[in-house]
Amino acid sequence: MSDVPGGTDLWTMAVILGLAGVTVLSRCFFFILERPWSLPDWARRALQYAPVAALAGVVLPEVVMTQGQLVATWQDARLFATAAGVAIFFWRRSVLMTLVAGMAVYLPLHLGLGW
Amino acid sequence: MFWRASVRRHPEFRDGVRASAPIAPGIAAWGLMTGVAMVNAGMSTVEAAAMTLLVYAGSSQLAAIPLLVAGAPMWVIWATGFCVNLRFVVFSLHLRDYLIHMPRWRRLVNGFLTADMSYALFTARHPLPADDAEGRVAQEAYLAGNYAITWVAWIMPSLLGVALGNLVPSQWGLGFAGVLCLLGVMCSLANTPLRILAAVVAGAAAVAAYALPFKLNVVAAIAIAVLAAFWLESRGGARTRERAA
Repeated sequence: MSDVPGGTDLWTMAVILGLAGVTVLSRCFFFILERPWSLPDWARRALQYAPVAALAGVVLPEVVMTQGQLVATWQDARLFATAAGVAIFFWRRSVLMTLVAGMAVYLPLHLGLGW
Repeated sequence: MFWRASVRRHPEFRDGVRASAPIAPGIAAWGLMTGVAMVNAGMSTVEAAAMTLLVYAGSSQLAAIPLLVAGAPMWVIWATGFCVNLRFVVFSLHLRDYLIHMPRWRRLVNGFLTADMSYALFTARHPLPADDAEGRVAQEAYLAGNYAITWVAWIMPSLLGVALGNLVPSQWGLGFAGVLCLLGVMCSLANTPLRILAAVVAGAAAVAAYALPFKLNVVAAIAIAVLAAFWLESRGGARTRERAA
């Protein structure tokens, strides 16, 4: 991202173009070529764990870390919002409800109490 | 493709639209928050709008945001995006027989526009690929109806979020909504004991390895979690075989 707030830089645009390519590559993976082929069985079985692992690897540091350090206090709105979000998900099975409930916990704590 | 009159006028197109309509509000709310999250993280309006229109994959967009902010190398961002998108690779294996008769560019456009919900609705309605020309046209029209709704319900609110995001001070922390969306998607994928384990291992590894440069902690977390879950799965399989023998 540009050092100037609101500025657009070429590096970020290149990342975005590459990510667009990643979308096409992943969504069309097995029908880009007409030649029939498929994944070896072990790869298909290992593959099923990668998406959930990638999301957890991105999400957890965003929740429990501040500037490279583990949060030292429990007075952090993110912890409570995440707990509420997970609980609601397993109750209602809805990503939308997870978002709504999480923000309903996060915003009062973050804006009201400054956590 | 919904901009083709021959596809749009097909009665199956309307059925596809009708099937997708109930999920539109959920997609719209997620799109709006993704738009706000991109701008709140410091992306410019042009960057965020380009990402909305070109990448068109909510979870990989949201996963890319913290990596972009941290200035991670391009390949790490792309590799993370690809890993988040791996479920689509499995979908593409399934969709191959439905689309392979089309010219390549048309397959790629259909594939690009078919995200989770359209894939699920389409394959539920059409469990088997058609074997005649008429059936193929009908299936493409139904799929196009599915993703036309998804596309509009995602793109419009997302662009609105990009526009509104500039009005919302980043101290409000609305960008955290993006993390919560990823959390919800993560929970929906953690639907077997080994997948839950993969999530726990990956989360712990990403935190423990946080000091690695270039956000390699995410790549390391994926590798460790996949190996751990796959190893346990293979052991479980071996034990079952032993018992059977």
